[in-house]
Amino acid sequence: MRGFAAVLRRDLLLAMRRKNEVVTAIFFFVVVAALFPLGIGPEQNTLRLVAPGILWIGALLASLLSLGRLFASDFADGSLEQMALSPNSLSLLVAAKISAHWLLSGLPLVLLAPLLGLQFDLPSTALWILTLSLLLGTPVLSLIGAIGAALTLGVRGGDVLLSLLVLPLYVPTLIFGAGAVQAEMSGLGSAAHLSILAAMALVAAVFSPWASAACLRLALET
Amino acid sequence: MLSVSSLSFSRGHRCLFADVNFTLQPGQWLHVEGGNGVGKTTLLRLICGLNALEQGEITWHNQSVAKDPDLFRAELAYLGHPLALKEDLTPVENILASAAVCGLHLSQGDAMAALTKMGLEGAAHLPVRVLSQGQKRRTALARLVVSDARLWILDEPFVALDTPAQEVLCDVLNAHLNRQGMLLLTSHQAVNLAGQGQTYRLSA
Repeated sequence: MRGFAAVLRRDLLLAMRRKNEVVTAIFFFVVVAALFPLGIGPEQNTLRLVAPGILWIGALLASLLSLGRLFASDFADGSLEQMALSPNSLSLLVAAKISAHWLLSGLPLVLLAPLLGLQFDLPSTALWILTLSLLLGTPVLSLIGAIGAALTLGVRGGDVLLSLLVLPLYVPTLIFGAGAVQAEMSGLGSAAHLSILAAMALVAAVFSPWASAACLRLALET
Repeated sequence: MLSVSSLSFSRGHRCLFADVNFTLQPGQWLHVEGGNGVGKTTLLRLICGLNALEQGEITWHNQSVAKDPDLFRAELAYLGHPLALKEDLTPVENILASAAVCGLHLSQGDAMAALTKMGLEGAAHLPVRVLSQGQKRRTALARLVVSDARLWILDEPFVALDTPAQEVLCDVLNAHLNRQGMLLLTSHQAVNLAGQGQTYRLSA
């Protein structure tokens, strides 16, 4: 576990030294969520109807924005080689990198979402469910995205390929995440949606570091 | 003991090298020679396990590396052409972070002592991005000073170093060999180290 903590601490320290990369993704989310009410107009019923989808798509694209850099710099400067050769399991170290990615690009969105939801006139219960669904869903985005980032590492035009590869895989998370808020507002209750999101997060947490590590070993072969 | 037998590697249809055999005993070093592009780096990466083995066998303490790669990695230190340094961190932070990833527990003082040995005491708290090529190289080599690995695999360790730094590096390598460590390196210049040395000439 010391290797996990070391990589996590290093990645957070690096992000603190280079804040603009973290701020870009958060700013993107805020701008997208703030522009929609201005574009759609002040009709409250419409806003309430589209709010979950818009906030979720904003979070999804913001997460995608920082995904290309997840392994790229470690790959370029040789740190990834050193990780692959360390006695710690590469899956564990990759899990640390994914956790750092979520802490920097997922958690801020979770914390901002209730504030941005106010612009769409969401009731307070819906705001809670929105936050909860993002709390369960954004880790899934980071975990699935890591597999895509590892697969497209070192590929020319990898960023475009990454979004083509990862966006279809994000669809279930989007459906159940936004669906949870809509179900809550229509009075059906969101327990089922949230349970499925939690199940997806658990499966991804087990499977993704392992799959990403396997892809990274392939990428390191030159 | 590291033993490599009948190792071959081809890239596409082109055979890079074939039938490489050597044995490295504790306290010995091996200098891999060869012109540009004959596959010295590829050979080292194959032995580390970064490239997949196509043909041949690598054994570590008479046990196939393919069977238990983790055991081999725990005793291996590799330094390739990319230096694995983070430009935004200071040399001290780099040394501490990479040691922790390798499962070594270092104090700030240990890292500082290693950097001082490599002649970087004045630059230890500057971000690596402002250091010169040679200073970056020295920072990367300071990792070896604190390493407790039995086998060191170094790809061109003398590149970009000035004469005093080359001498310090030779001292570090000799100390490693005196501790019954093993050393595998490539270099385009003559290598003069203590202990028993061999030269392996790689040719296409």
